Parts: sequence; C-alpha cells; structure tokens
Amino acid sequence: MSDLESFRNEAKGWIAANLPPSLKGGGARAITDEGDSSVWGGRRAKWTNPDSKLWLERMGAKGWTAPTWPKQYGGGGLTAAEARVLEQELAKAGAPPALLSFGIWMLGPVLLEYANEEQKLEHLPKIVRGEIRWCQGYSEPGAGSDLAGLRTQCVDKGDHYLINGSKIWTSYANYADWIFCLVRTDNTRKHEGISFILFDMNSPGVETRPIKLISGNSPFCETFFTDVKVPKGNLVGKLNGGWEIAKRLLQYERQNISAGGFGGAGGYDLPDAAKEYVGVENGKIADADLRTRIAAHKMEAQAFALTVRRLQEEAKSQKGPSPATSIVKYAAAKLNQDRTELLVEAMGSQALGWEGDGYTPAEIMAMRSMLRAKANSIEGGTSEINLNVVSKRVLGLLDHQ
Amino acid sequence: MAVLTEEQTMLRDAAKAWTQEKSPVTAFRKLRDSGNADGFDRAVWREMAEMGWAGIVIPEEYGGTGLGTLTLGIVLEETGRTLTASPLLSTALIAASAIVLGGSDAQKKEWLPKIADGSVVAAFAVDEGPHHHPDRLAMTKALSGTKHFVADGGAADLIIVATRDGVFLVHGDAKGLTRQRLSSVDSRGFANLTFENVAAEPLSVSLDQVLDRARAGLAAEMLGTATQAFEITLDYLKTRTQFGQLIGTFQVLQHRAAKMYTELELTRSCVEAALTAIDTSANDVAQLASLAKAKASETLHLVSNEMVQMHGGIGMTDVHDAGLYLKRARVAEALYGGASFHRDRYATLMNY
Repeated sequence: MSDLESFRNEAKGWIAANLPPSLKGGGARAITDEGDSSVWGGRRAKWTNPDSKLWLERMGAKGWTAPTWPKQYGGGGLTAAEARVLEQELAKAGAPPALLSFGIWMLGPVLLEYANEEQKLEHLPKIVRGEIRWCQGYSEPGAGSDLAGLRTQCVDKGDHYLINGSKIWTSYANYADWIFCLVRTDNTRKHEGISFILFDMNSPGVETRPIKLISGNSPFCETFFTDVKVPKGNLVGKLNGGWEIAKRLLQYERQNISAGGFGGAGGYDLPDAAKEYVGVENGKIADADLRTRIAAHKMEAQAFALTVRRLQEEAKSQKGPSPATSIVKYAAAKLNQDRTELLVEAMGSQALGWEGDGYTPAEIMAMRSMLRAKANSIEGGTSEINLNVVSKRVLGLLDHQ
Repeated sequence: MAVLTEEQTMLRDAAKAWTQEKSPVTAFRKLRDSGNADGFDRAVWREMAEMGWAGIVIPEEYGGTGLGTLTLGIVLEETGRTLTASPLLSTALIAASAIVLGGSDAQKKEWLPKIADGSVVAAFAVDEGPHHHPDRLAMTKALSGTKHFVADGGAADLIIVATRDGVFLVHGDAKGLTRQRLSSVDSRGFANLTFENVAAEPLSVSLDQVLDRARAGLAAEMLGTATQAFEITLDYLKTRTQFGQLIGTFQVLQHRAAKMYTELELTRSCVEAALTAIDTSANDVAQLASLAKAKASETLHLVSNEMVQMHGGIGMTDVHDAGLYLKRARVAEALYGGASFHRDRYATLMNY
C-alpha cells in the first residue's frame, strides 16, 4: 500500500471515530453571511450545537483545520497530496467544515512567510484551534481600489505604537477578537509608507459599527481607532514593508474566495427551479431562451470548476498562489452574479418578495442572494482591479504613462 | 497546462520545435498560394508520420504507440498554433479511433498499420446539409446520398461514413463514390462526397463515440490556434506605438486582453478534461466533449475577431496572418457542431 493510501485509511478511521453523528451531512453547507454561526470560532462564539464545539476541538488538536501548516505551529504537517486526501475523506463522510476562518485562509499563510518566530508561535496555534477570530483591516473610506492611499496613522511612541483612523468593509469586525491591519507609518511615501500590524479588538479606542447592505444583511462593518495603543512587537515584517505582505495576502484571499465559489443560493439548482416555476414542455424547460442561457451558464460553471482544479494541481509544485488567481476571482464573481440573476428570472414574481407570507424561504433567499452577489465583483478587489492585475502581472502589459 | 508525463512533455517540445521550424504560418500561406488541391502537403504529412504522430492512438501491435488521445491532443494543439494543414485530425484521431474502437481484426490489420505509417489518408463524412445534425441523418446503410463539407474528403483513401444505421468504412476507390472538391475559406481540403449504393463495411462503434473524439481533438487544435492568435496580438500591443505610447498601456485594451486570457485558461481546462475523459473511458465523455467544443468555438471566435481589431488596418490586409487565423477559426467553429449546437446537446444530456 502506498503512503498515500495508508494515510487515507488513517484519515477515514479517525473521522469515523471523531465526527459527532449529529453533524453528518452538514458538509455541503456553504459559507454564508451568518457571521455569528459557531463554526467561525473565537472568544465570542455562540455554541448553538455543542457537537460543533467538540468537532472543532478535535480537528484543531489534530491540526487538521490547517492541514498543511507545520506541526510546530499547531498545523497538521500534511503534504498537499495528503491534504487533498483528507479533504476527500471529510467530504465522503459528510463532515461540515470544523472552522471557517480568515486566520486560516488569509493571515496564517502570510505569517508563515513574513512573521518572526515569536509571532508565529503566538498566533498560529490559536488560529488552528479556532480560539482567536481575526478580521481584516484593509479598505478605508478614501482607499478602496486605490488601497495604497490608506491614511490610518500609526505613530511610534517609543515603547508602543499609537493608531488613529478608520477602516471600512471590515468583514465581521463586530465578532472578531483580533485584527490584521494596514497602517501608514510614513506620510512621505505611498506604497513604501505602509506597515502590517496585528492588534486586539478589545484594545481601548476600538469601535465597530455594522453596515446594512441592499440585501438586508450586515456582513461588513465600519471600524474606528482612537488612540489605540499597540505593542511594538505586533508589527509583522519590516517597518514600511507592509505593502508586499498586503498584496501577498490578497492573492490568498482571492484564491480562497474563488476556490470556494461564492456560496450557494439555498437549496435550488437552476434547472430545477426553471422547470418548477417556468414549466416543462417535451421534457425541456418550457422557455427555450432561458433554457439556452441556463445551459450556457452551467457550462461556464463547469469550465470554471475544471480550471480551479487544474490550477490547484499545477500549483502543487509551486509555492503559494500565482497571479493567475486573479482570473479565478474575476470569473467566480461573474458566474455567481449570472447564477443568482438567472434564478430570480426563473422564479418570476415569486422571487420579487422581500419578506413575510406569500414567499418561501428559498424565494426570499433567491432575491437576497442576487442582491448580495453584486458585492462579489467589488469585495476582495473589484473585477476591474483584477483585470489590471492580470494585464500587468500575468500578461506583462505596462502602466499608462 | 495539465501536469504532463515525461513522454508527453518530450512530444510537446518536439511538436513545438517542428511546427515552428518546418511548418510555420508562412508554410501554410505558401501552400494556400500554390493552389494545392489536397489542402495539405503530402511530403509534410509523411514527415509528421515519420515522427510517429499518425500512430499515437493506435496500439503497438498495429504499428502505433498507443499513447492516447490526450497525447495526440497535445500535438494537435501545436499544429493548431501555426495553422499546419494536415490530415492529422481526420486520419490519426478520427479514423484511427473509429477502427480501433469498432473494427474487426481484419479491418484493424488492413488499415491501422497504414494509418500509422502515413501511407493512408482518411476522412470522416457526417453532415448532409449546411448544419451539423447527426441525429437527423437521411443516409442509411445502403449508402446513397451526399455528404457535405467533408474535411480531407478530396484526398482520402479511406472514408468513415456516418449513417442513421451506424458507422461504416468505405474504400476511397469504391464504385459509386464521386467527389466534388471545394475551395473553402480556410484553404483546406474539403469536399462534397456523393454516394450511390457504395459498398461499405460496418464498424461496431457508435457515432457519438467517433464524433466526440473528433470534437475534443478539434477543440485541442482550436485551443492552439486561439492561443497563438492571442500571443501574436499581445506581442503587437507591446510593440505598436500611438499617441507616443505603447497601445498595450491603454486600459481598454488591457482589460480585453485579460478577458481573452481568462477565456483561454477556461478553454484549456475543458479541452484537457475532455481528452482525459476519453482516455479513461469516463462516463461523462459526451458532456465534456460538448463543453470543450462549445468553449473552444466561443473563445476562438472572440480571439480571432480581437486579433483583427487590435491590429487595426494591417489586420485587414492579406499580407498579415490575422486573416488566416480568422478564416480557419470560422471553419473550425462550425465543424462537428458550433457553440449553439453543443449548448443544446449539453442541456439535453443534463436533462435541462
């Protein structure tokens, strides 16, 4: 038996012995805007199902919430091939994700690359075990696509830094324990005046305010910093060297957003919805034009899924994601917008409700998902910015002078 | 690019080197201008066969290498890049596969070694009108009627014929077979073939099995054509100056280039998945072949149009290669079903 096959048996056995039966079949659950669901972990987690807590503790202790991270930082120490086997076995067992985490998807990979040993030992194990939940302090009211225009001040006060300013679109800041944050440490230079710093959201002077979106949900916050004191050891990498780390983290973010897709729209597959709401003629969706557009969309979705898998296989030998992940983020955003628009169209007036009687939860969800999906081509880098990245860093086209 | 075996990598590098040195676009242009009736150069085809390309899907016992469809797809992609005109698709993929899958021992012994060594050119006759409707064929096993727009139909020594009663093998010199050579826009060797009670031997292979190989293989060639057209265009964006700037610094062109790149990456995944599914006899060959052909058709359509547009005036002239890519694009898009045919087939296969 190959090493990989013996690992498969080991993983299968462990999952069978450790996955609480009440969680089985929850594996397909998509990442939703319900930012307070327990699987995000952290100090403020509300454990509605104690088995979710148990599953996180078991997976965390094994390091399998971050399977490829080194063991000395609490990770699973698995190879990429083993991690894929683990993923397959978890899926087969119907296991839900033990932990959804910006720490695992975004922060951890750059800490492994840029942080000092003390910082790695301090933060990585707590991320793996889901003890600390992180949020991302990037965008500001005046710094969106032009992220390097950020102005949040971080001043050296001798034995500590003092931070003043504000962030916006901070996902789930109201539930987060710590923040990884881009701050300005030099006002005379743009990209070279940015630093990457970590601090506790319980620090005096930190305030968060949820933002209500057109979908009715509030996944994002405004975050304000007033004279927030941060220990000097919390700066990651070099002073004024934060931009490189920031860009690297964005690659991980775009890869993760898109590899996971943008989540489902609650229960309905498009062709099924079309058959139910539009009707069937000669075994086909009765509206021929809609049927064609649904087929075209499903083909794009399959082409996309095949591409994500291919890029993952190709990346196995390389270190980290390539700039080509920007095409994945761009394509994923468009696909999700097309899918949610088609679902609304297929459901007709039943998708035009906002709340209350007269509409099923799936119908309400269809409209709200369409509205939420408008952010897909904005968050994590707009589609236009992602096309810029492809043009410049993949195709080698130059900036306009 | 899929993760290739060492053998596949060597073959790809050899194919790349050979097409660029021995069969660049200038060679195709010369062939076109020479008025070659076959639509390909027999000496060039012999050279390709000597490198083993004609026998890639043929088992070793019949003179081939048995390396499989993905491997042949890798070569087709390279020949597609330089618009190399050859019967590689019709002969080495389509006819060879039809006989490997559905031929009797005698048929295999008779034809496969000759295909592998390049001494036989084959064609695949399907359509009976201006559109691809393989499930509405009129021709029966009696083999009477006309097959339209048959690739390499003018030169073929062996013809694989699609009928409503199954797939048949016909000798090129069979009595009752007449050919009308066509002068197609892509200057390849298309012909209309008329059959009058022609003697034919049945092959025990389904039409879809043969067609899906044709589609996936053609999609691989189209991927190469589109990739090269894109690279030529990208190079032009990096060298052409207007308003004192390289035109590639203009964001409107950058974004269109980035979108083309995205489409090419998506297409590559579909093509490689379809070829791999054929090699592993997966149960979703039909679905993936339609996906690959539809995607390749759309992407080549887009890229061939943008190639002309981004080159501006020079792209409209016959001395520039953009026109050659555009002309080949339109033929390849339609052959064995265009994007709309395959969207409908995909929808039907998936029960939409």
